[in-house]
Amino acid sequence: MNNTLNETGHQGALRLLLSAGCHSIPHALRKSAMVAAWFAFLTFPILVIKVNTIENTVAWRWENMLAIAVATFFGSYVWRWLLARKEIKRDEAKRESVAERLLTKVQSHPILKLAGLAAIAIPAVLYPQVFDLYQTNIMVSCLVFIVLGLGLNIVVGLAGLLDLGYVAFYAVGAYAYALCNLHWGIGFWTMLPLGAALGTIMGVILGFPVLRLRGDYLAIVTLGFGEIIRLVLENWGDVTKGPSGISNIARPEFFGMKLTIAQSTMYMYYIMLGLLVLTIFCVSRLQHSRIGRAWLALREDEIACQAMGIDKVKTKLLAFALGATWAGMAGVVFAARTTFINPASFTFWESAMILSIVVIGGMGSIRGVIAGAIILILVPEYLREFSEFRMLLFGAIMVMVMVFRPQGLISAKRKIYTYKGTSEAGSGQ
Amino acid sequence: MDYFLELFFGGLTRGSIYALIALGYTMVYGIIELINFAHGEIYMIGAFTGLIVAGVLTALGFPEASILVIALICAVIWSASYGYTVEKIGYKPLRGAQRLSPLISAIGMSIFLQNYVMLAQTPDFLPFPALTPQFDFMKPYSAVMNSSELVIVVATIAVCVGLTLFIKYTKLGKAMRATAQNRKMAMLVGVNVDMVISATFVIGSSLAAVGGVLIASHIGQINYFIGFIAGIKAFTAAVLGGIGSIPGAMLGALVLGLTEAFATGYVSSDYEDVFAFCLLVLILIFRPAGIMGKEKTQKV
Amino acid sequence: MRAKLHLILLCLAMVAMLVACGAEEKKADEKADVQTGEVAPAGKLVLGVAGAHSGDLASYGLPSVNAARLVAAKMNAAGGVNGMQVEVVAQDDQCKPELATNVATKMVSDKVSIVLGHICSGATKAALPIYLESNIVVMSPSATNPPLTQSGEYPNFFRTIAPDDAQAALEVSFAKGLGLRKLAVIHDKGDYGMGFATFCKEFIEADADMEVVLFEGVTPGAVDYSAVVQKIRSSGADGVIFGGYHPEASKIVSGMRKRDLAIPFLSDDGVKDDTFIRVAGEFAEGVYATGPMDFSTNAIYQEALAAHKAEFGSDPGPFFPEAYSAALALLTAVQNAGSTDYDKVVEALRTQYVDTAVGTIRFDAKGDAEGVGFAVYQVQDGKYVEIK
Repeated sequence: MNNTLNETGHQGALRLLLSAGCHSIPHALRKSAMVAAWFAFLTFPILVIKVNTIENTVAWRWENMLAIAVATFFGSYVWRWLLARKEIKRDEAKRESVAERLLTKVQSHPILKLAGLAAIAIPAVLYPQVFDLYQTNIMVSCLVFIVLGLGLNIVVGLAGLLDLGYVAFYAVGAYAYALCNLHWGIGFWTMLPLGAALGTIMGVILGFPVLRLRGDYLAIVTLGFGEIIRLVLENWGDVTKGPSGISNIARPEFFGMKLTIAQSTMYMYYIMLGLLVLTIFCVSRLQHSRIGRAWLALREDEIACQAMGIDKVKTKLLAFALGATWAGMAGVVFAARTTFINPASFTFWESAMILSIVVIGGMGSIRGVIAGAIILILVPEYLREFSEFRMLLFGAIMVMVMVFRPQGLISAKRKIYTYKGTSEAGSGQ
Repeated sequence: MDYFLELFFGGLTRGSIYALIALGYTMVYGIIELINFAHGEIYMIGAFTGLIVAGVLTALGFPEASILVIALICAVIWSASYGYTVEKIGYKPLRGAQRLSPLISAIGMSIFLQNYVMLAQTPDFLPFPALTPQFDFMKPYSAVMNSSELVIVVATIAVCVGLTLFIKYTKLGKAMRATAQNRKMAMLVGVNVDMVISATFVIGSSLAAVGGVLIASHIGQINYFIGFIAGIKAFTAAVLGGIGSIPGAMLGALVLGLTEAFATGYVSSDYEDVFAFCLLVLILIFRPAGIMGKEKTQKV
Repeated sequence: MRAKLHLILLCLAMVAMLVACGAEEKKADEKADVQTGEVAPAGKLVLGVAGAHSGDLASYGLPSVNAARLVAAKMNAAGGVNGMQVEVVAQDDQCKPELATNVATKMVSDKVSIVLGHICSGATKAALPIYLESNIVVMSPSATNPPLTQSGEYPNFFRTIAPDDAQAALEVSFAKGLGLRKLAVIHDKGDYGMGFATFCKEFIEADADMEVVLFEGVTPGAVDYSAVVQKIRSSGADGVIFGGYHPEASKIVSGMRKRDLAIPFLSDDGVKDDTFIRVAGEFAEGVYATGPMDFSTNAIYQEALAAHKAEFGSDPGPFFPEAYSAALALLTAVQNAGSTDYDKVVEALRTQYVDTAVGTIRFDAKGDAEGVGFAVYQVQDGKYVEIK
């Protein structure tokens, strides 16, 4: 098989497609036929039979079975081919790809770096001018989720603490703004730092009890915290207005001017863009700082990390607190953007989505998180054309991305510190 | 006192329901350390298969007693097949990848399966026929417990005992334990690890199917979304008891069920889940590996 | 090249899967196309349908999509609205406010002029300001939260379902008529259920003869409600009022009956749905539910029901009649107004009566339907029978 792989060009690719993962083309045919038969069997009760238990009638939909058999027959070819490709590329994946090398080169060159940044910044700034309200609006949600993803990335990607209740901090920020705005008319700009501070405090409060827990136990406790917060929001009706939510939350004001919704969405877009730049700046500075390296060490091995003299309690708490800060801020923005919030926006489902953004994008990588958020937030929007098949496709895409790129779309790269000069280094010792 | 007993039996039933789902969860976790979010969906598919088969059999005029048995068997067969397929597609290619990748793949699977059933069948709630027999001897106690609840409690105990014995004494069970302890070592001594993992998924999914049919027949309704909440609760129960441990899952599920019942009975059902999760947090703070879980010594 | 090939193949596989899953639904669509295809297209009128089409609440949102499609097919077969073919565009909000704003902005950007939706009150509240600013008429078949109309903030909002408070008042006075004095009020912690239950509680407390002995929320989707049932029993209530939807209602009522608790069970129009009777079976017998006035003999409703069976092969789900009526009312209003001009459409909705599946209705200044009142029903022999 390996011989075929080394052949390049059209024919090689075609042959690889037809026989990937098998000895020969007939073998592949047999295998695909088996797969088709298996899926026809598997989907038989759900897809073919439809019963009406009241009238005791049964509808048989054989055409579905045929369709699924044909689809899986060809699908299995693609599947095997993709798996074989992944196998071949495994070694390549470790090495830097051309694109990544280019990117590194661009980043290390000051002028090119500026040019690169400008190439990203100009479309980003012009975006709402060019596209319509809907596009701007979903881009704002995407930006909110990028910020959330970057925040969770600190906890999960850098410090390696699996947090399934991240949405709790997001909810705290959103409800803090909604309630303060409702009762005391506190504005968006005052609330943004306050929301961040509240997030931090909540992060520390949650962080303390769970310091001893590891891995999945930590995951379930954080999930529990997330649910507790949501349930309290739902049931403590006197304060939070319960499930009917809080409406008419003020949008941010632009120097006292009243904005239309289109203008306000555009304004929101720029606020989020600014917040994102701030987040990226902070996170990347943190990542390469002493704390960032301590997080990485903690993620790789807790005991070794302690042995190196890193204060485990402080480091973990910092991760929780800093992660929660961004969620608090994103929550304030969220409340200001939708002008209405209720507990339905802060379920376990949202936590799972944010976690998926981090993992699909590539844990620990800022660019990865951005890519992940774009996929997970924008793809369901663009899949609207498929109406009821939207979420089906979305689930399939999530599985496929993970199966074929388990390390995430863009894997994190550790910063390489090159050794410059001899005399200064020598004197440092 | 009566009130207490009533609540107790209610909690017992609820706990047994959680346990029936949690057992499959904890088995899979024990072997490959994966929170299998799709397990709830397998449970849902089991229930749906049971409903469909029962519907077909009723339409064909089968005797009532045979319907439960055949529906159960079919549900087990198809759920096991789904479990097997989900593992092959979603998790097997990810073995050796970083720990969180299979978790996300599981979430994706869960979304896919939910929507698949919704589109292929119906988004609406469907009535589930009461397949379990009604025992006459339970009549006097109907205020605290009825036949279908008794069936669930007995089935849970039977499954738990059976599973424990299976893991302890059969060859496959030993292979499972070996794989759970150290996969590489198990491979070295000749255990077919891939087969063991597949077998775990098949058994876990079969248990979910049994649970699906019995529970749906007790509740009397299903739709495509029932797996999600049941899955989260079962997962909580499994962790509470010490994930990976079979008696632990049973105990955890009972503790969870009873807590919810008493919280509802003596405080308010508004906060039943809050109590359940607070208990979870408290237990894990004092016993970080769950009630029955053993704390592993970490080495560098 | 290779990468491209692989992308194309991936897409092909996806499409094939789609075809497999959707063979049936597609066929239904094709049928609709055939019906509508005969008339030459002369401009399009887009009817946006927003609501939960995926996620846990999809079963409440999808029936309104079907309803809209049926109405559109019917209108198109009759030559369209003002000569324009009606096209139904469904947008999913999963009942989440943030997705509802996405949907609303999408409708605005796509220049949709009339919207049927949203399903949940929360999502509706989040989306309405956006529609309002763009002068889009919105009509919900199911958002019953009173402030939506009563606050007067949203002149573009209409609904074909009566608000919660009207229903609660009827429920409580009916309970009093039954001679119930101590009531347990249970809700599903949801926007709709809890709102209704809270109104019931207020009305009961305002009445000196009656008292609320238990006010509790149950967790929707929980595996059983035996603890709540025991609590109802020990509270000594002589009747239960439940606010919420039919899945929880049928679980609670069957739990009560299985535990020999035979006190009357009263509920709202989330329960006044035939699915409830199908699901709860024998336990549904004797359950009271308030709901829109009886329209089961309404000719339009009969026609809609038959069309749904012919088109989709099943009985329609919750809020189908309301959605069907809303779609009819909206499209007829556009027809009467002669254009999709906002002021004219609103004017038409407020002044001209329309024959719909829920009766002959028009809308008051606040947006609530006149002619949609409530009646109390009881399940007798597996059917909802109006109690006069």
